[in-house]
Amino acid sequence: MDLTVVILVEMLYAVASLILISAGLAVVFGMMKVINLAHGEFMMMGGYATITAVNLGVNIFLAMLIIAPIVVGLIGLITERLVIRHLYGRLVDTMLATWGLSLFFIGLATMIFGNTTTGISTPIPGFSIGNYQINGYNFFIIVVAGLLLIGMLTILKSTRAGLIARGAMQRSDMAAALGYSPDRIYMATFFCGSALSGLAGAVLAPLVGLVPTSGGAYIAKSFITVIAGGPSLIAGLFTSAGFFGIVNQIFTFAISPVIGEVALLVAAVILLRLLPQGITAKFFKGKL
Amino acid sequence: MSLNRRNFLASSAALAGASMLPRVAMAADTIKLGSILDTSGIFDAYGKPMDMAMRLAVGEINAAGGLLGKQVEVVAYDTQSDMALYSQYGQQLARQDRVDVVHGGILSASREAIRQTMRKTKTPYFYNVLYEGGVCDRNIFINGVTPAQQVEALVPHAMGKSGKKVYILAADYNYGQITARWIQKFVADNGGETVGVDFFPLDVSDFGSTIAKIQSAGPDLVIAPLVGGAHLSFFRQWAAAGMKDRIPLASTTLGVGNEHKVLTAEEGNGIMVAYNYSQELDTPANTAFKDRWAAAYGDSGAINELAVSNYQGVMTWAEAVRQAGSMDRDALIASMESGLSIDGPAGKITVDPKTHHAVLDVHIMEMENQGMKVIETLAQRQPIDTQAVCDLSAKPNDNTQYEINI
Repeated sequence: MDLTVVILVEMLYAVASLILISAGLAVVFGMMKVINLAHGEFMMMGGYATITAVNLGVNIFLAMLIIAPIVVGLIGLITERLVIRHLYGRLVDTMLATWGLSLFFIGLATMIFGNTTTGISTPIPGFSIGNYQINGYNFFIIVVAGLLLIGMLTILKSTRAGLIARGAMQRSDMAAALGYSPDRIYMATFFCGSALSGLAGAVLAPLVGLVPTSGGAYIAKSFITVIAGGPSLIAGLFTSAGFFGIVNQIFTFAISPVIGEVALLVAAVILLRLLPQGITAKFFKGKL
Repeated sequence: MSLNRRNFLASSAALAGASMLPRVAMAADTIKLGSILDTSGIFDAYGKPMDMAMRLAVGEINAAGGLLGKQVEVVAYDTQSDMALYSQYGQQLARQDRVDVVHGGILSASREAIRQTMRKTKTPYFYNVLYEGGVCDRNIFINGVTPAQQVEALVPHAMGKSGKKVYILAADYNYGQITARWIQKFVADNGGETVGVDFFPLDVSDFGSTIAKIQSAGPDLVIAPLVGGAHLSFFRQWAAAGMKDRIPLASTTLGVGNEHKVLTAEEGNGIMVAYNYSQELDTPANTAFKDRWAAAYGDSGAINELAVSNYQGVMTWAEAVRQAGSMDRDALIASMESGLSIDGPAGKITVDPKTHHAVLDVHIMEMENQGMKVIETLAQRQPIDTQAVCDLSAKPNDNTQYEINI
């Protein structure tokens, strides 16, 4: 019984962490069609921003939830102004450019922080479920991911800014004709996407040993999640993260963590064979 | 004395000229020490201190007049944590630079990448890292602790402090696989039972489900030969789940790259390890070594197990050259096999002639406030694992890495 609860929590946690690491990419790649191979490095920088802020004496929650997203968002903003904005609509070119950016950011982080593992400890103590001890921080991640989904949904669906952003992504010429500057909208959206990546890196930082190359561990999973999600932003993110997270944890518990990772990839291949346009091209059609 | 520009230039030119003289005179006649280490990339936490230690050792040898009246020249390559570069630079050291000896290699994979090249080109090779044991090759000398020295000491101690049921978490490559088997063997030998073994690729950093699985197996002790930055997450997540005070932890790798200084005191305290060296080792030799290191590099914080192994490896080689009185490979091997020993920062190291491994002191330690407190010292442990399978005096042409079968 206790074990069932533990497994359920671990599943929810796996789903939540997939949502977290993919949210920024869902905006940048899913909405803006920029293949951002530097997504993992944005997360890595979020982690470093958090650790640096905490070491300077800032409250850890403030560092994770406010400082890191803003710092990474601003880095994203500069990147967008200097590089990305020249490449909108050129899918393959964005891939090459952001790959270069990812190497650049790894080099930069290595220069500043050194190529050694750093980290901070989790701010929430573990607690017990029956005979089991469980990482209390898992719940924090589940809550953050939940709030993130609701927040994104609310902004995109019920605010004017969200409406404008969605409109400009679909037909930027129409948005321009109506008097909005697509350039500004793209800039703001990229800022939000980078900030979300920074948030993910920040929230996951206390769980890992951070090195400048840490971003590489997330990039494949986040692309798989976003691509398998399909055209709907939030519904796609939620369904594909849910599917992959559960598959991953079932095999992890039944066999081993390695098989869990393999199962996730196999599931992705099968899913994309059956639903080449992603889950939301068939189900939840037209939803956000 | 007044100093104007003209005679400043004249004197500095003379000085420069004079300082170049001995170098030019000796350039044709130095002993070349090849070093091949990952001083950048994901393994640089191991490689950088090893490189510093090697340069410190060579500096000391040269300051004391060099070897056989010649200065020792370092030819170093950075393999950037890329195994492919080992074969390339290994070839370069042996065939192009024609060095007299090669020290280096960190991961077992990197050692195996260059070992055969060194053997073929008859370049003596020193691998100065703790590893899984079993390499039997007359051309190689290894001074790191092997599982029989480390695990044999650690397992009874850790089981004595906890209980008989052991869970093993290991890195998924040859070091982790072989070490896990040794742990199972010593757990069984000590009347215990292994209730679970899990292997993790080097990039796995999420251990949530593993921590739950460990709890359902209910062991008394977890032994974790995990390697690298991603695996460090385990110790962090273990502490975050509040497991640290419930099930004791032991590791054969944590602290080798000074990882205990990355973990906070709350996360690290109480983890049991066994190594040849600890910075907290309270001996005159170690204090003097730390002072010399600090004098060379400003701060002795970077010293770790592997750095000291590398230092001791270079010093052992130097002693063998002195005793051999020549740079000939067979003379060097003969003097290494003569029961040679040196006193290093970690105590006395003796070369075992049969296996070319080392007889050394093993210290059982517990992490305490980001340091490693020495609990017990086991003097002069034999590399019995490799001795059981390898006898180079009987079979000098052996060229195998033996693995243990259970």
